[in-house]
Amino acid sequence: MLDLIQVSKSYSQPNGERLPILNIPRYHVEAGEQVVLMGRSGSGKTTLLHIIAGISQPDRGNVNVAGVNIAALPEAQRDRFRADHIGYVFQTFNLLPGFSALENVMLGMAFAGGSVDRQRAINLLERVGLGGRLTHKPNQLSVGEQQRVSVARALANRPRLLLADEPTANVDPGNQQQIIDLIRQTCEEERVALILVTHTPEVASQFARVDRLEEINQL
Amino acid sequence: MSLFKIAWRSIQQRALSSWLTALSMALGVALVVTVLVIMNTVEETFTRNAQGFDLIVGAKGGALQLVLNTVYHLSTPVENIPYDFYLQFKRGTPPQVINAAGALGGAAGATATPRQPRGRFASAVEVAIPYCLGDSYQDFRVVGTEPTLFEIDYAPGRYYRFAEGRNFKTENFFEAVIGARVARETGLKLGDKFNSTHGIGPEGHVHKDTSFEVVGILEPTGTPNDRAVFVNIEGFYLLDGHAFDPEIRETGNLTQPGLQEDLSSYLPQGGEVAPLPIDKREVTAVLIRTDPSNPIAAISLHKYINKNPTAQAVAPTRVIFQLFESIVGNLRALLLLLTCLIVVVAGIGIMVSIYNSMSDRRRDIAVMRALGARRSTVMTVILLESIGLSLGGGLAGFVLGHAAIGLLSGLMVQYTGVYLGFFSFVPWEALLLPGLVVLSTLAGYLPAMSAYKTDVSRSLQANP
Repeated sequence: MLDLIQVSKSYSQPNGERLPILNIPRYHVEAGEQVVLMGRSGSGKTTLLHIIAGISQPDRGNVNVAGVNIAALPEAQRDRFRADHIGYVFQTFNLLPGFSALENVMLGMAFAGGSVDRQRAINLLERVGLGGRLTHKPNQLSVGEQQRVSVARALANRPRLLLADEPTANVDPGNQQQIIDLIRQTCEEERVALILVTHTPEVASQFARVDRLEEINQL
Repeated sequence: MSLFKIAWRSIQQRALSSWLTALSMALGVALVVTVLVIMNTVEETFTRNAQGFDLIVGAKGGALQLVLNTVYHLSTPVENIPYDFYLQFKRGTPPQVINAAGALGGAAGATATPRQPRGRFASAVEVAIPYCLGDSYQDFRVVGTEPTLFEIDYAPGRYYRFAEGRNFKTENFFEAVIGARVARETGLKLGDKFNSTHGIGPEGHVHKDTSFEVVGILEPTGTPNDRAVFVNIEGFYLLDGHAFDPEIRETGNLTQPGLQEDLSSYLPQGGEVAPLPIDKREVTAVLIRTDPSNPIAAISLHKYINKNPTAQAVAPTRVIFQLFESIVGNLRALLLLLTCLIVVVAGIGIMVSIYNSMSDRRRDIAVMRALGARRSTVMTVILLESIGLSLGGGLAGFVLGHAAIGLLSGLMVQYTGVYLGFFSFVPWEALLLPGLVVLSTLAGYLPAMSAYKTDVSRSLQANP
């Protein structure tokens, strides 16, 4: 499902020198597999997720998602590929404030190749327990509810890969487990590969595969 | 979910800012619409006033002054021309007047002046109306003329109508018809008698011995005739100082005033009023409508008369067009430029509003990009937002402008005689829509480029 081959990434510094962030010889995730990625702050976890999602380009290397090296795609095709095949759950939810819960989910569909499936958006929101909150704006939802909308939005286009960047970091402890269960259960049902970044050992301990970025990253 | 809806949600999200920028656009467009419609009306009115006659014949001098005197009742009075010159345009019988349906006043009555032989230019003329000028009543010019003036259309398809009373009759020497504005501002009513003043302005002396009776009040026509007093030319000739001394003409000096002779011999004697003999008459101008069946009549007459040392002929529409283009046309262009600048400033307001919001929205744009939106897609959303604000404000301004015109219609009728309503449109308004689209696209370009260049990764990692 996901194959990273010789992927490296660096950022330029104010003095003109390059600061290497990632150097990953090989990283592989099977279809439908659920993986936790752990690492210290600033180790490059979010950068890695952005590269996998095609939001950022690696300096070099191949990023194969579902057999397509997205690092070699032009930006417009990469955007479309991301819309069609990759879901993303952000740490800070990133719901658009002017849109209702249902519209936020449908927004994820608007940029993909298929048509906007309103019924699927409603079904997804019902599945995450928000069937009664379809027309609520983000500021009318609790933090836990906002993250559930975010999960539904990430799954709207039936992605092959879901990237979750510390999805429980801003959620109250009472809702954290609910969010994790929701993500895992939905990914299982839709056979979506999951890479979940977390700092929380309690969350990591629930997964069969836990990768530490420091071990993958050969810097 | 369409891009239109995404743009609309963004507009809603910043409701106050959006409404204020749309309002500024609405006010700008309302101003443009109002200026366009009113200036078009002014132009139409201005040129229409000169449409009634093909030629105006008067003393040699300034063409514009002659037109201003006769058509617009403005400027300093011009000199007179011999009455027998006027007779060259007269048919042997009373003029073939166009008394189309709707024209009021009845046909010319029996003329008190002796019938003249057919004039030299009569075959090329449909109507020739004499004007005697030089008197005034309060702030309004007095015109000595024939009743025929009110029996023909003053502009194509437009006929004089009497709000009250009737046209004056040729045989009733001291009857008068007054324009709508004269009636309104002087308070003259039907049956009132008034004494005109010799000359224009306060220094003239009042013709105390002879007064005219108001027998008709015209409905507003939107022409300068609304502010003129029309008296029977026969009565005008009989006023003190209006008779001409033939000896003066023989000297070739047409600039001297008329002979101050004793007119008692011409005034009513035993209940009869004797007309002034022809050799003691002059006219200030002759308003000529050439024979419509002879398309070159106006040109031929114009050339022929201007070779004559006595008089000049001017085509009023041409003179007025030149005047309009040189003065009013520039004013119109300036006004239009200013109002367009207001719209452009409103467009810049939209640009500033959206651009200022970009820092707050950079994360939203990054989220859309992360969800798969292309750079061109987010750029389109911003442009649609700009176009939406502009067109929404423009549409409101269009309605607002026409509503203002509708509200001003009463005043416009009162002062110009032209009816303007909510549904008065000018063709130029059709350019507003594409103009606004172009303007808003330009206004939205800068913020749209900012959206286009958004660094998704950095914006997503920035603190919300």
